[in-house]
Amino acid sequence: MAAKTLTIDGHLVSARPGETLLAAIRDAGITIPTLCHLDGLSEVGACRLCLVEIEGQRRLQPACMTMVSEGMVVHTNTPRLQSYRRQIIELLFAERNHVCAVCVASGNCELQRLAGMVGMDHVRYEYLSPNYPVDISHPRFGIDHNRCVLCTRCVRACDEIEGVHTWDVAGRGVNAHVITDLNQPWGTSTTCTSCGKCQLACPTGAIFPRGVTVGERPHASERIALIVEARKQRW
Amino acid sequence: MDLHELEAIGEREQAQRTRLRILCCAAAGCQASGALELKRRLETVLTAAGKLADIDVTPVGCMGLCGHGPLVRLEPSGEMFERVTPADAEEIVAALEGRPCTVTRCDRQHPFFARQFPIVLRHCGQINPERIEDYIAVGGYRTLYHVIHEMTPTEVIAAITRSGLRGRGGAGYPTGLKWATVAKSPGERKFVVCNADEGDPGAFMDRSILESDPHLVLEGMAIAAYAVGAEQGFIYVRGEYPLAIERLQKAIVQARRFGLLGAQIFESGFNFRIDIRVGAGAFVCGEETALIASIEGRRGQPRPRPPYPAESGLWGMPTLINNVETFANVTAIIEHGPEWFSSIGSNRSKGTKVFALTGKVRNTGLIEVPMGITLREIVEEIGGGTPDGTPVKAVQTGGPSGGCIPASLFDTPVDYESLAAVGSIMGSGGMVVMDEHTNMVDVARFYMEFCKDESCGKCIPCRVGTVQLFNMLTKLRNRQAHARDLDKIEELCDLMRETSLCGLGQSAPNPVLSTLHYFRHEYEELIGAEGDHGS
Repeated sequence: MAAKTLTIDGHLVSARPGETLLAAIRDAGITIPTLCHLDGLSEVGACRLCLVEIEGQRRLQPACMTMVSEGMVVHTNTPRLQSYRRQIIELLFAERNHVCAVCVASGNCELQRLAGMVGMDHVRYEYLSPNYPVDISHPRFGIDHNRCVLCTRCVRACDEIEGVHTWDVAGRGVNAHVITDLNQPWGTSTTCTSCGKCQLACPTGAIFPRGVTVGERPHASERIALIVEARKQRW
Repeated sequence: MDLHELEAIGEREQAQRTRLRILCCAAAGCQASGALELKRRLETVLTAAGKLADIDVTPVGCMGLCGHGPLVRLEPSGEMFERVTPADAEEIVAALEGRPCTVTRCDRQHPFFARQFPIVLRHCGQINPERIEDYIAVGGYRTLYHVIHEMTPTEVIAAITRSGLRGRGGAGYPTGLKWATVAKSPGERKFVVCNADEGDPGAFMDRSILESDPHLVLEGMAIAAYAVGAEQGFIYVRGEYPLAIERLQKAIVQARRFGLLGAQIFESGFNFRIDIRVGAGAFVCGEETALIASIEGRRGQPRPRPPYPAESGLWGMPTLINNVETFANVTAIIEHGPEWFSSIGSNRSKGTKVFALTGKVRNTGLIEVPMGITLREIVEEIGGGTPDGTPVKAVQTGGPSGGCIPASLFDTPVDYESLAAVGSIMGSGGMVVMDEHTNMVDVARFYMEFCKDESCGKCIPCRVGTVQLFNMLTKLRNRQAHARDLDKIEELCDLMRETSLCGLGQSAPNPVLSTLHYFRHEYEELIGAEGDHGS
C-alpha cells in the first residue's frame, strides 16, 4: 500500500499506511500531550488529551486511535483544543491528591510535565481530596493510590508485556481504582512476578520501587517500548 | 416444523379457547400491585362455582395503564377493569356473565386507549407471554417462514430500508443501513445482538415488551440474522429484570423445541441460536461497545468508535446491535409491507414509538403512538395532565442523555429531529412529566448524580466532570454558589460534551444544559444572596 499524504497544522506530511495519527503527528515534529498512551502498549483512548480536530468530522478524535488516511486535514493545537487540554489536566489535579510541593515524584512526573505543557497553573475546580490508602505490602514495590491517574498503563504493561494480568481496574466512575489480583494486598498476589514493568509504565510515581525515592529514579517509561522492540529482534 | 404444522397449531389453539375469558395482567407492574394473588383468587372463585372448565383465566402481558393496575379485561366483551383487588374476584366473574358489577371500569374510549397505535405492543395484553402457542395463534412465526422461504436476505434488508425504520434505542440510526453494513462487512461469523439493557430512570418500554411478547423480539432477531447472515444471537438484558429474563428463557426453550430457533429452521439451511447474557448492573453497558466488552467477559467499558460494531463487534466480527423495540417492529414491516409502515409517522421519523409515561401525570403507563404526535397530545390528552390539576411545567425525554422541554414548547412534534432541535432527544422512550412544584435544578442534579454513579471511569472528562458538576449543582442547591459558578458549569458541560469518550459522557450535560436554557432564572434565584455577599 502506498504512503498517505495528509496535512497537519498546515504542513504536508507523509505517513505509513496503518499508522496512527499520533505517530504521524510526532513524525512531523509536532508535540501534543498524551497520558494514557505509552509506546509499546495498546491504545485505549481514555485520557482525551491527544484529541485533534479533523476537517469534515463533527467530533474531535483521539490521535492515538485514529488511523491516517489520504488527504486528511488535521489541526492539533487550536485554542479550543488548548482550552480542553487545560481543563482535563485541571480535572485530574482536582481528582486525587496531586500536591507537587510535597511529592517525591516532583520533577519526575508526567502529570506535572503535562500541566506545564498545557499551561495549567491553577485549578479552578474543587479538590475532591479523597483518602486513598498506600499499599506497601509488596517487598519491592508500593502503590500510592493518591497519585494514580487511572491511565491503566500498569494494567496493560502487566497484561500485554509481562503476560500476567495482575493489575486490573475495580469500581466505576470516580471510585474506579487499580487493584492487584482479586482486590487484595499486592504482597499477597500470587500472580505478580515482581518484574516491575508496572512501575516503569507509571506516569506519576503512584507505583514506586521501595527503598529509593522517586527523585533518585529518573522517569523511565520509555523502557517499556525498548522491551517490546528488543523482543521483536530476530537474528 | 413447516407452515402447515404452524397453522395447525394456531387453529388448534383457537378451537380450544373457551368462549369466555378473563385476561389478567401479569407484567411486573401489575404483579407488584397484587395481580398474581388476584389471578389465584379468580381461579378459586371459578373452581368453587364449577365454572373453571368454561372460563379461562389467562395471564397476559402489559395492558398499558400501569398506574391503575392490576388490570383485568374480559373477552369477548372487551370490558376492562382497573385497580382490581382479590376481593373483587366474585364481581369480575359476575360481570363476565352479564350481572352487575361495581368494580371501576376503564373507559376504552378515553384518549389513553383511543389515541394509541399499537404495532410493537399489538399482542401485549392479548396473549399469554409464557406460551408459544398463544403467539402462533395470533400469526406468530409466519413472517419468519415467509422470509426464509420466499425472500432473499437482500430483499429483507431492502424492505427494512424502504420502511424508514430508525433505531429505537434513542439515536435513531437508520436500521436498514445498519443491517446492510453488517451484511456487507466481511467476517467468518456474524452476530445479532438485542440490546435490552434499558436503564434510563423512568423507562420500562423494553421490559414491558419482553415480559408481554418475548417471541415477537425473537422472531425479529431471527429475521435480522437471516438478512445479515448471522447464526448466533445474544440478548443482553439487565439483571434487574428477572421476570423478563425468565420469560425470555422460556420463550427461547419453546422456540427451540418447536424448531423455530436452532438448526435448520423451517427445514431450511438457516440456523440461528439465541443466548441470553445478563447484565450485572452497569448502565454504561447499554452503550454498544461496552455491551460487547461485557458479553465477551471483559470489564464493561466503552472504546472509541470507529470501528463500529457493524464492522468489528463481538470478537472482532461484524455485529448487528439493535434495541428491543427495533426488533419488535420487524415482523410488522415484513408482514404489512414497508410502504404501510412508512405511511405512519412523520416525514423523517416513520412508524410509532413506545413511551413509558411517568411522573406527575394522571395516566401512568405504557403507550405507543405514531411519530409526529405533539407532546401536548401525549401529556394532556393521553396522560390526562397532572393528577391534582397543577399546571404541567416540563417533560423530560431521553433520560440522563436527554433534556427537559418546557410546557411552552408542547406543540413540538415527537420525532427525532424536532426533539433534538429543542435540546432534548427522542431517547429510548422514557417520558417524565413534571409539574409546577418541581425545581429544575433538583432535576438536573438528580440526573447528574445518576451519571456520576454510572460513569465507568475510563475517560477523564466523564469520570471527574460528572462529580464536579454534581458538586457544583449541590453547592447551588445549598445557596453557596457564586454567579461565576454558572459559567464554570457551562464550561464543564461543553468540555464533557465535546471530549468524553462515549455517549454517556457526551450527553450527560444535556439535562443541565436544557434546564439552564429554559429555566435559567431558577438557577439564578439560587445564587442571588451569595452573589450579593460576594460583591
